[in-house]
Order: sequence, then structure tokens, then C-alpha cells
Amino acid sequence: MRQDHLITATQLSRDDIEAVLDRARAVADDPAAYADRHAGRVLALCFFEPSTRTRMSFDSAAKRLGMNTVGMGDVDSSSVSKGESLSDTVRVIEGYADALVLRHPSEGAATLAGERVDVPVVNAGDGAGQHPSQTLLDLHTIREDHGLDDLTIGIMGDLKYGRTVHSLAAALTEFDANQHFISPESLRLPRSVRFDLHETGAQIREHEELEPVLDELDVLYVTRIQKERFPDENEYHRVAGEYRIDAEMLDDAPDDLTVMHPLPRVDEIAPEVDETDHARYFEQAHNGIPVRMALLDTLLENANAAGDEGSEVDR
Amino acid sequence: MSEHELRVSKIRDGTVIDHVEAGQALNVLAILGIDGSEGFGVSVGMNVPSDRLGRKDIVKVEDRELSQSEVDVLSLIAPEATINIVREFEVVEKNRVTRPDSVTGVLSCPNRNCITNAGEPVQTRFDVVTDGVRCDYCATILRADIAEHIDV
Repeated sequence: MRQDHLITATQLSRDDIEAVLDRARAVADDPAAYADRHAGRVLALCFFEPSTRTRMSFDSAAKRLGMNTVGMGDVDSSSVSKGESLSDTVRVIEGYADALVLRHPSEGAATLAGERVDVPVVNAGDGAGQHPSQTLLDLHTIREDHGLDDLTIGIMGDLKYGRTVHSLAAALTEFDANQHFISPESLRLPRSVRFDLHETGAQIREHEELEPVLDELDVLYVTRIQKERFPDENEYHRVAGEYRIDAEMLDDAPDDLTVMHPLPRVDEIAPEVDETDHARYFEQAHNGIPVRMALLDTLLENANAAGDEGSEVDR
Repeated sequence: MSEHELRVSKIRDGTVIDHVEAGQALNVLAILGIDGSEGFGVSVGMNVPSDRLGRKDIVKVEDRELSQSEVDVLSLIAPEATINIVREFEVVEKNRVTRPDSVTGVLSCPNRNCITNAGEPVQTRFDVVTDGVRCDYCATILRADIAEHIDV
């Protein structure tokens, strides 16, 4: 894996993660010091799928580094609807920008893009695959509250299709974390993610109910169960109702439990939870700015170093 | 197996792929891209009794020696296979197959949502992992069902 792209969380070592998070902390402490760092550079926001927060978060992060951004506009009105391949699209856009952020509905799209271009590529979500920049901001949020070692985390909801889950679970294997996965049978972790977790010897347990493990958790990471995953709408409502968090339920939780969610939420976390000390999902979303600034800064720095030396360098 | 029990005759020059898992002979030919139109003499034995495997398939291809990359791919569906290179009726080389680190352009990804199934100009690439292969693009793991995804 070329270290001037961020394609999957499995490519990240503990040192890689800590370096970005340390830099994110420095950015948050003194954003002015980074304001012109990449002035004159351009970030291309290639979103082949609708996105609000991830796109705006990268847009804002880039601008806070002094960069300009260019986007593709609506996919329906772009060359994609004329049948252009992703391979061609990214090759063209490479000439317009110093780095690419890519969201695409197909798994593996970012890997392919990374093979086609020389500028840094950040995977901002590939189908039900990976979403590693989300993971970095998740880890930043967890680290600020609990640290990343000696951690017990429950990850709940759609574990099968949830790309934020796949990336987070992989990255946590670099730390001393106990992972509990809570989901309906039909939405358990996919074979590929479970394979990676077992390969690393990670401590994981899978459950269908939250209640038995709730009092052990430092962090509860909730994800949305999507209606379109169920052939039958009644079945969806029954399952979604079972994996909903409310304030009463959290009465039994440890006082310092952190509740997170990659957002958007629909109704898997009751609004009343927002007012409790557990809720951290809005800070989590806000952390996207310093973390993505730190990530872009790191990748552009690597690309520069590689360009200067005429070869790739280790980060 | 003694001479009078042989179901197909010896070949003069070519390759004998022995100890193929029963039922995989036609997939072996598919991997090698052999469908008869090339003019090679081809003999296939299926469900032949075997001490080692119980039942096995055997494929004999005349006037054709396998390359290493062909042998690598064969190993995925016939891990017990032995490859005998025959010249002038004599076995001049006998090799067990070994598993390669990766396989490019032979298998199709079973994940319909993988970018390799989206009409892109890209060859599939699979890493060989314990008990199977894994798509380099979408990470999907293919195990017992490998033969169903041979794309030749």
C-alpha cells in the first residue's frame, strides 16, 4: 500500500494513526499556524454519491489549510452519466488538483483510483467497504475521552454494510481494545472484516443484545440501520426499534460512557440523549475538521517529499 | 494402477495433471483455456479410484507443457495435483503444485458491487490467503466456491 494514499484503515499502523492524531491536536490548539500551509494548492472533491458532512468537512478542512477546492457537481449532470469510467475520470481530475477525495458506491473504487493517479487519494467511502478518514476522527474523539488503550467499545447497528464500522474495527486492532459487536443476526460483520480481526488476534465478541454488555463499555458506537437493507418494512421497524438508544437505557450505563455516532442519525439515538453527558456525536463530527486538516497536511507533505526525492518515501 | 487397467492411453509428449480433486477436471481445462479448438489431444478421467484422494480426476494434454503461472492457478482448485511433464512417453518432470501469493486476471469477483464488476478497464487481482483467495479491491474472500468464479 502506498503511504501517500489513504485507502483503507487496515493500511494504518499504530504509529501512522498516532502521528495524524497528534497533528490534529496541534491543529486544534493553534489553527492559525496552519492557515496558509498549503496556499495555492487545490483539493478535488470527487463525490459519486450524495454526501453532506463528509464533503463539507473536507472542503472546510482544505480551505483552513489555505487550499482551494473543486468539485464534480451533481453526478447526474457530470461525465459519469455519459458513461465515463472512474479510471478515466480520476486521470483527468488528477491534472486539476494536488489531491483527490473520493466517495464512490462501489467497493474497491478508491483502490482503483489510487492505482491510476500519482496525487494523494483519500477514500471518503467506497460502497460498503471502508471510510478511513471517519475512523481517524472517531479515534481522535475516543482518545480525547478515554485514550486508545485498555478500551472496551461496543459497536452497534448495521455491521454488515457499515463502512465506518469496518474501518474502525480494523484500526482498533492496533490498540489494546476489547471490541463488542452488537447487531441483528442478518447484519453481522462480513467475512472479510472478521477475517482481518482474527488474523490480528483481536479480542472480539458478537452479541444480539446491548444490555448484557452495556455496563462494561467505555464507548458505545451506534450506527444507522438502513431501511433498504430489509426486504420487508415491518421487519425493518422491528429490528431498528431493538437497537435504539434512549436516556432511560443509559441510566444503567457507566457514568463515563461515551456515546458516538458517525451521523446522520435517523431515530437510533433519541434526541433526549443529546442532553446527557454521554453524547459526543456532535463533537465527533466537529473533530472532522482538525483531523482532516492533519490528514491532508500529512499526505501532501509525503507527496512533496516523494516529489523532491523522485521516489516514494515511508511516512 | 497396472497397464491393463488404464482407462486412457499414455501420451507421447505433453502434460498429465494427476490427483485433481474429483469434479474439477473441466475447471482445470477452463483455467488452461483449452476447449478442444486448439487441436491438442485431450483426455479426461473423472472419478477414478485413488488411494490418496478416494476419487480423483486426471487430465492429459498432448503437445502442451504448462507454464508456472498456469500451475499456480491450478493449485487453487486442485491443491493436491501433481504435474507430470511427458516427453517421448517418459515422465521427465514431476511436480506438486504450490500456492501462489496472488492471482491476476483469472477469477471474477463474486461481489457484484466490486469496482472490478463495474465495467472499468481493470484486471481482477486476488491475494491467496488461508483456505481461499481475497479480492485486492473490495476484500471479498472466496473459499470453496473458487471454481465457480473462474473467468476464462
